[in-house]
Amino acid sequence: MSPWLPLVRPGDWAVAGLAAAAVAASFPLVWQGGAAEKAVVRRDGEVVAELDLSRKRTFEVAGALGATVIAVEPGRARVAADPGPRQYCVRQGWLRRPGEIAICAPNRVSLQIAGRKNGFDSLAY
Amino acid sequence: MTRSPTDAAAHALATTADDHRIARLAAAAIALSLVDAAIPLPLPGVKPGLANIVTLLVLYRYGLSTAAWVSGLRVVAGGLLLGHFLAPGFFLSLTGAAVSLAALAAAQHLPRRWFGPVTLSLIAAFAHIGGQLLLARAWLIPHDGVFLLAPVFFAAALFFGIINGLIVARLLGAGAEPGTERQHA
Repeated sequence: MSPWLPLVRPGDWAVAGLAAAAVAASFPLVWQGGAAEKAVVRRDGEVVAELDLSRKRTFEVAGALGATVIAVEPGRARVAADPGPRQYCVRQGWLRRPGEIAICAPNRVSLQIAGRKNGFDSLAY
Repeated sequence: MTRSPTDAAAHALATTADDHRIARLAAAAIALSLVDAAIPLPLPGVKPGLANIVTLLVLYRYGLSTAAWVSGLRVVAGGLLLGHFLAPGFFLSLTGAAVSLAALAAAQHLPRRWFGPVTLSLIAAFAHIGGQLLLARAWLIPHDGVFLLAPVFFAAALFFGIINGLIVARLLGAGAEPGTERQHA
C-alpha cells in the first residue's frame, strides 16, 4: 500500500474531486467562443461583405493598393492574396475561431471571423 | 559601568524567540521560492508553488499570524532576490499570497477529522491563482482574454495543490492539529 494514501482524508478526496470537476468544466466554458459562422470583410473599417462560412468560395475586395483575395471554406477563411509589402495577413493562414482577425493594414482591408456570440473583441497572434 | 557608544549590544534590536522562528521559516520559504523560480515551465504563471508548503506547515504548527508573517516576508525578500520587487510580478505574488492566506484563514476551521492538508493546499492554490488572475484582469491586462488561460492555470493548481498538500501531510505526520505548538525534534 502506498505510504501517501493514509495522508488523504475523506474530505480531501471530495475537495480534490470537486476541484477536478471544476477544472474540467472550465475548459469548455472558457474555450468555446461559439461556432464560426461568417467572415466579415472590412475596408477602411466599413463592412463590405459578410461571407457565409458554409460553402467554398473566393471573394475580392478592392483596397487602397489593389485587390485582396479572400478564400472561404466550410468553417474557415483566409486572406489568399494581398498587395501589401509584408504579407502578414496572408501568412496568418486560416482563421476559424470567432474573433480571429487578419488585418492587411497597407491595403486597409481586414477579415474577421464572427460567430453567434463573440467571446472577444478580436484575436491576433 | 557605562556603555560606550560603539557597544554593539546597545544598538542591537531586541528580538524574541518568535522573531527567530519566523525568520528561520521565512528563510526556508524564500529558498523554496528561488527553487520555484528556477524550475523551467512552459507557461508564465504555472509554478509548483513550493513555498506554499512552508506556509501550510507554519499554519498547522504555529497558527495563522505566524503563517502570515512568513508568507509576507517570503514575498518581499523573494521579490528582492528575484529582482522583481515592486514590479508587476511582485504584486501578483503579493496578491496571490494575500488571497490564499485569506482563504486559509477561513478554511482552517474546517473539521480536521475530514479535511487534511490536501484540502488546505488545494484551497490555497486555487485562491492564489484566482487572486492573481483577477489582479491581472483588473490591472495588467484589462481584457477578458486573460481568462483564456484560466483552465490551464486551474489544472496546474489542482495538480500542484494535491502534491504540495501530500508533502505537507507527510512532513506533519499523523494527528497534527492546527495552531498547536509542537516541539522541534
